[in-house]
Amino acid sequence: MKYLCLAYGDEEKFNAMSKSQLDELMAKIMVYDEELQRSGHLVSGMSLGWSATTLRLASGKLAITDGPFTATKEVVGGLVIIEARDLNEAIQVASLHPAARIGEDLGWGVEVRPIEENPPCKPQPADRG
Amino acid sequence: MREDAEELLARVEAVYRADSRRVLATLIRLLGDFDLAEEALHEAFAAALERWPREGLPANPRAWLVSTGRFKAIDTFRRRARFDASVAALAERFAGAASEIEEPDERAAHAADSVEDDRLRLLFTCCHPALPPDAQVALTLREVAGLTTEEIARAFLTRPSTLAQRIVRAKAKIRDERIPYQVPSRDELPDRLGAVLQVLYLVFNEGYSASSGEALTRADLSGEAIRLGRLLAELLPEPEALGLLGLMLLQESRRAARTSPEGELVLLDDQDRALWNREQIAEGAALVERALRSRRFGPYTLQGAIAAVHAEAPSAAATDWAQIVGLHNVLAPVARSPVVELDRAVAVALRDGPAAGLALVDAILARGDLRDYHLAHAARADLLRRLGRTAEARAAYERALSLARQEPERRFLARRLAALE
Repeated sequence: MKYLCLAYGDEEKFNAMSKSQLDELMAKIMVYDEELQRSGHLVSGMSLGWSATTLRLASGKLAITDGPFTATKEVVGGLVIIEARDLNEAIQVASLHPAARIGEDLGWGVEVRPIEENPPCKPQPADRG
Repeated sequence: MREDAEELLARVEAVYRADSRRVLATLIRLLGDFDLAEEALHEAFAAALERWPREGLPANPRAWLVSTGRFKAIDTFRRRARFDASVAALAERFAGAASEIEEPDERAAHAADSVEDDRLRLLFTCCHPALPPDAQVALTLREVAGLTTEEIARAFLTRPSTLAQRIVRAKAKIRDERIPYQVPSRDELPDRLGAVLQVLYLVFNEGYSASSGEALTRADLSGEAIRLGRLLAELLPEPEALGLLGLMLLQESRRAARTSPEGELVLLDDQDRALWNREQIAEGAALVERALRSRRFGPYTLQGAIAAVHAEAPSAAATDWAQIVGLHNVLAPVARSPVVELDRAVAVALRDGPAAGLALVDAILARGDLRDYHLAHAARADLLRRLGRTAEARAAYERALSLARQEPERRFLARRLAALE
């Protein structure tokens, strides 16, 4: 089963870091990134830019606004798709992500979401690949 | 012949009472679905009612029920498969797995052995940290303890429909996000065991001191928590599991003495110690001691040790307050709970006098942690009263009264307030 891991962070806190702090963080991130790669569960992963543009229908017209969909300080900064047997394994793999390991004061964290490959609420043959 | 049949019906009922939750736990593991397992359980008992009076009691009723329930579920799948091709493969998969395990008798016996492990697995699934805390409690009481939705709703003063929805959502999350049905591995165990212990203690406390309503305690909930605690301590004798069971037994031993015949609250100091249950005290103290000897104990064992010192004191005055404060000094940094700190402040007051205790209570309140906790204000009021600061004591009792939600506690505080005059 596939799970999407969304790494949330607080842009302001990242921007407030000094050059040397940032270098130190990047060095640590490399270590955890490699661990994640090595775990063999990684399907794909990427970092996102902080800026966002949101589209939604308002009074029948498409409204385009600056910023992420939900107005919170923490926004998605990275995403990883993993393959895991169950939620316990997904949690173990997600716990290798830097956001779950370092930088507690950066407002970093990982949200794990199951990816629905079959329509919900209907039993499906187990081995569809 | 008729009598035999009646006797067998009574046996089916007895098996249902004693074993239905165990059979259910195993069926959930085998079928991988709560609702399907519940349905299979009922079909298995329906088959037992029909066949046992005719064929006699099977050698291993539990194993019989598990395998019958499973075959009923496979039948259900096959019936559905005629209408929906997508479940056909699933039906065949279950059928294959079933014939693999069910054929030889010794395998069936082995399946019965692993039944207790299934209850442990179910407990860990129901207390998975990915589920919301209130759902963990509800699901544990429903699936592991076998309480009905109505019973749980009554105990927690929620509407049955709200509670049912909470349980349905949790089951859907278990299915959709694939929360596995397993006891965590050794490296995950410390974290995961903590969640299970927390749920059991929450259930116990709700039964020991109901947070609101007419009655002071709800003995049935405490009884369930102790029963589940016993199961956990038996199957997974980790120090903190033993410590929690010991703590619950030691608290429970005072139940008869905590309430007056009129349903009023009786404080520890004023309790008739002859009413304490010596058997529970002996068992609880032995468990706590065993946990302490492991040197891997945590907050539940330490709280159990404190409860044991109280339990072993012949009177309130003869309590070893120095030892209680000493245990609190070890507990406070581990528990990191303001409520535990409050208990420590009260113990310090009894060892060093009310002024020393009051300074600690004031410090906790100044941090704002327990500002809305009625027992913090009640403790403060009591210390002020003993210091002769009556006006301040009155204000503190009034504050406590305005925050208390449970009727016997409110009446107790009102009596204390009236006694100040």
